[in-house]
Amino acid sequence: MSPTQRGPADADAPVVLAAGPETGDPAGDAAAADAVALGASAELIADSIGDYARIWLQRVRNGESGALPVVLGLAAVVIYFQLRNSLFLSAGNLVNLMVLSAPFIIFGMAEIFVLLLGEIDLSVGYNAGIGAVVTLWAAYTLPWWVAIIIGLASTAFIGAVQGTLITRLGLPSFVVTLAGLLGLQGLMQILVSRSGHGAGGSINIPSNILDDFTSGNLSPLAGWVVMVVLVGLAGLFMFLRDGRRRSSGLVAPPFGVTLLKVAVMAVAGVLVVLVSNTNRGVGLTVLSGVPWVVPIVLGILVLYTVLTGRTRFGRYIYAIGGNAEAARRAGVNLATIRTLAFTLCGLTAGIGGILLASQLNSIGTTLQGGQYVLFAVASAVIGGTNLFGGRGRMLHAVLGGLVVATIANGLSLIGMTAAATDIITAIVLLAAVTIDTVARRSRVAS
Amino acid sequence: MVTADSGEGARPAPAGRAPAGSAAGRLTPSADGDAPLLRLRGIGKSFGPVHALAGVDLDIPAGKVTALVGDNGAGKSTLIKTISGIWEPTSGEMLWNGTPVQLHGPRDATGLGIATVYQDLALCDNLDIVQNMLLGHEMLRGGLLDEVNMELTAKQTLADLRVVSVRSIRQPVGSLSGGQRQSVAVAKAVMLDARLVIMDEPTAALGVTQTELVLDLIKRLSSRGHAVIVISHNLNEVFQVADRIAVLYLGRLAATGPAADFDTQSVVELMTTGTSGRIGGNGNSGEPASSQGRGSGTEG
Repeated sequence: MSPTQRGPADADAPVVLAAGPETGDPAGDAAAADAVALGASAELIADSIGDYARIWLQRVRNGESGALPVVLGLAAVVIYFQLRNSLFLSAGNLVNLMVLSAPFIIFGMAEIFVLLLGEIDLSVGYNAGIGAVVTLWAAYTLPWWVAIIIGLASTAFIGAVQGTLITRLGLPSFVVTLAGLLGLQGLMQILVSRSGHGAGGSINIPSNILDDFTSGNLSPLAGWVVMVVLVGLAGLFMFLRDGRRRSSGLVAPPFGVTLLKVAVMAVAGVLVVLVSNTNRGVGLTVLSGVPWVVPIVLGILVLYTVLTGRTRFGRYIYAIGGNAEAARRAGVNLATIRTLAFTLCGLTAGIGGILLASQLNSIGTTLQGGQYVLFAVASAVIGGTNLFGGRGRMLHAVLGGLVVATIANGLSLIGMTAAATDIITAIVLLAAVTIDTVARRSRVAS
Repeated sequence: MVTADSGEGARPAPAGRAPAGSAAGRLTPSADGDAPLLRLRGIGKSFGPVHALAGVDLDIPAGKVTALVGDNGAGKSTLIKTISGIWEPTSGEMLWNGTPVQLHGPRDATGLGIATVYQDLALCDNLDIVQNMLLGHEMLRGGLLDEVNMELTAKQTLADLRVVSVRSIRQPVGSLSGGQRQSVAVAKAVMLDARLVIMDEPTAALGVTQTELVLDLIKRLSSRGHAVIVISHNLNEVFQVADRIAVLYLGRLAATGPAADFDTQSVVELMTTGTSGRIGGNGNSGEPASSQGRGSGTEG
């Protein structure tokens, strides 16, 4: 044994992982304090709701703004359109906006599955078209839900094939799904003409239920019941989770912070139901109620949030996006997880396609599948999902999809052309990415 | 990001293995003189005509830090990759607790309790400390991730290693300093019941304070009964932390023995020429060669 070794003082000095006054080195102290402020979840550092607000503000100043830019951006866009056209914030248009944004939101969610891996799927738009065509075609002879299963199985299969090519052969996802974009457009045209229902290049929706996904409404009472149940369950779940953490001796978010979150959800829910339950009918017809598509999208959001946030599969998606080699060494089967993610992307694209067909009452060869892909990526990225993998949440697609749909809807309300809509969406996308990148850079520099 | 997976990528996640939280506290240090935890006998590894390793005999005792030193190309990386199951040796045998073992892949090594902390750490910056430590060994509750138990397990392991964490165990690893990241990587290795921890250049990228932190952690590992192999270029650190030193020269073991039998100059001579007049290594080491060190003085 060498005499230089293992003085008891040495061996007992704790390694300090946390920031705090016990850190010896002053430079390291400052850096570590910064790291805590930036890194850990604010609600787990905060002692109280005031502390939470303080940490949150500090983070925004440090460039880690989270969903703030997109929420502020959405507010700015809404105010602008309302000033230009007072109909924008009418109940009728707001409900219209909820319906319009659904396909963008779902396409964004599809894209997030693969964006988290650091990959991209350019075929989402036309894969959605395939899903819609197959579903509508099948719905002419089969029950609507069987038709949906067949349609979604088709798009999931296409996603799985693309994922297999990408993972097993090592082809770049950009190229494989670009081929998918072209090939699926052709396939969709063939399917439309072969279906026998495709007069004029489009298939009309044969099922009232499929149509009702976007044009049907919950009764006003049912809207309230659904809202109360959803918010109640979410709140119950959050408080139970906090309680379990506390009883296990772990740090839990302060009661006030969780209460605030539930309150925000409740306010949003009440607003949606209030707006939707306002009579938006023209003349004597009464039209009110929450569109079916709202609980459908919320259900998918909850399902996917659990899938990405609370399952092994989800954890591995983030791990692969963060450091594929680390995931591989940890025993994660990269090929399987990646292929599954592309399969889910395809499946989700199919859901979006069915909602789109429901909204258009038909699906046809004029579908702008290429443009929908770009809107899908835009929705995800505007919402805050990182293009290079590892960072992003399903909620981002909801926020981003709302922004994209709001711009499209608002611009058409104030009489802008489709061309202008494209240009302005492009500018918003660039702005969103710029804000994120600049914030990130300033954070690294500080 | 879109590259193909190599063969190892296809191995399934070891779903059944639950990490034992307080593994670090359970091992008992073995006294001097016990049979070594790992014994290498005549290990050789050839890549075609290139002999990266030849006839390496090395004992790795539990509760000791063995420093593996050598110039670039001496075979250090090949040796640890052989021990950690990445490459199978072309000749020789490995004895684990006295039993001959054959490692056909990293999983075999992990199964025995050999954990390797790589130079690039293999951590996911976007995941937090708990998520990184339990990556590949997540605990489930009702089919969903059991964050509470995972956090408790990670916390326990960090506490066992005296890696103190107050509130930040949920912070992303990307926001940690180099030494903290190294600590997380080590804790991750230890949590998986590792009996032998191999560390490849653990302090290469670290500043002075952070280096001290990691060296302390290495000492703590060995005092808890883990066998530790450390590869380092920094001889000051080697002498600070190692109980035993093994010097590789051109794929052969130039000398091995208790650290007290070496000094900086003799190690440098062994690393650069394979022999040292002061120690008498001759590229043909036998028993954990206190014999080679015999009679050589350690300078004050």
